[in-house]
Amino acid sequence: MATDSQLAMWEVFMQSKPGANYIHAGCVHASDKKMALQNARDTYTRRGEGTSIWVVPSDAIVASNPEDDDMFFDPANDKVYRLPTFYVMPEGAKAI
Amino acid sequence: MTQQQALYKYCLRLGDDALIQSYRLSEWCSNAPILEEDLALTNFALDMTGRAQALLGYAGQIDGQGKTDDDLAYKRGERQFYNHLIMELPNGNFATTIARLLFTSTFEFYFYSDLMNSADATLAAIAAKTVKEVKYHMAHATDWTCRLGDGTQESHRHMQSGIDHHWMYTGELFETDEVDAILQDRNIAVDMASIQQRWHQSITQVLKEATLKIPAGEHMQSGSQQGIHTEYLGHILTEMQYLQRAYPEAIW
Repeated sequence: MATDSQLAMWEVFMQSKPGANYIHAGCVHASDKKMALQNARDTYTRRGEGTSIWVVPSDAIVASNPEDDDMFFDPANDKVYRLPTFYVMPEGAKAI
Repeated sequence: MTQQQALYKYCLRLGDDALIQSYRLSEWCSNAPILEEDLALTNFALDMTGRAQALLGYAGQIDGQGKTDDDLAYKRGERQFYNHLIMELPNGNFATTIARLLFTSTFEFYFYSDLMNSADATLAAIAAKTVKEVKYHMAHATDWTCRLGDGTQESHRHMQSGIDHHWMYTGELFETDEVDAILQDRNIAVDMASIQQRWHQSITQVLKEATLKIPAGEHMQSGSQQGIHTEYLGHILTEMQYLQRAYPEAIW
């Protein structure tokens, strides 16, 4: 990654409405927690996108390594019986 | 002076404060130290433009001569503007701008909190919306004041210099005249003395936390209530009003 002179990186997660999942919205630069929250608010909620924000220091995120993709993810490919496709959807259920 | 004239001028004062401060903050667009701050300052500018629109629009209604918010923003001369001088001062560096924002947003927070109880329903409604916005401006300015004041030697020096530079323009925020007296009698305008006391208390606390000194100077600049301004307002209007002056009635 290129050297970044603009403070530490934080990952921003937004909740669009109460009860909904927090979804990764992007990143901001900030030197402390308060600034990270404010910067996330200023950057990602300008059009009323969110009702709640989480910020997490980027270096606190542990990510899987692409080199491990074959052992991490490929074994699930042939286990179609794990998918709930064999069930009949109850009539009128939308959020499943 | 009639109540109508007083209310008209009161709205111009508040609307002009928002409009001119918005203009200054929007000058940070593409110039702030980091992208996030660029967005923050221009967001504030947009809050203020919205407030100016509401207040100048209401002023036009009170005046009853069919003037729109745009007419009032773009077709008045310098001497007919009533914004406080502090709003029109150049941005300086980032710390200078934060110092001004600390002073003005703290003032506006207490001012609009009280104006929510105005007997004038329109002003009370505008105040209720504005309080939420300026509360955030104040939090942002307060945090930055503490970060820079209690930061490095260099940031401390810049922050103190911003505070010192604006100090003599803060007294004017609390000046009152006939306009306030007439409207206060009818519970439309707010009591400035009480706001000044809370402002002073709050600023003292923030500066202390930021390890900054409260300036000792007692001389305060004045003039905006008579439409007398610093040399900077004319330059702002020249640029801001250029299009309407060059192409009257232009629309898009």
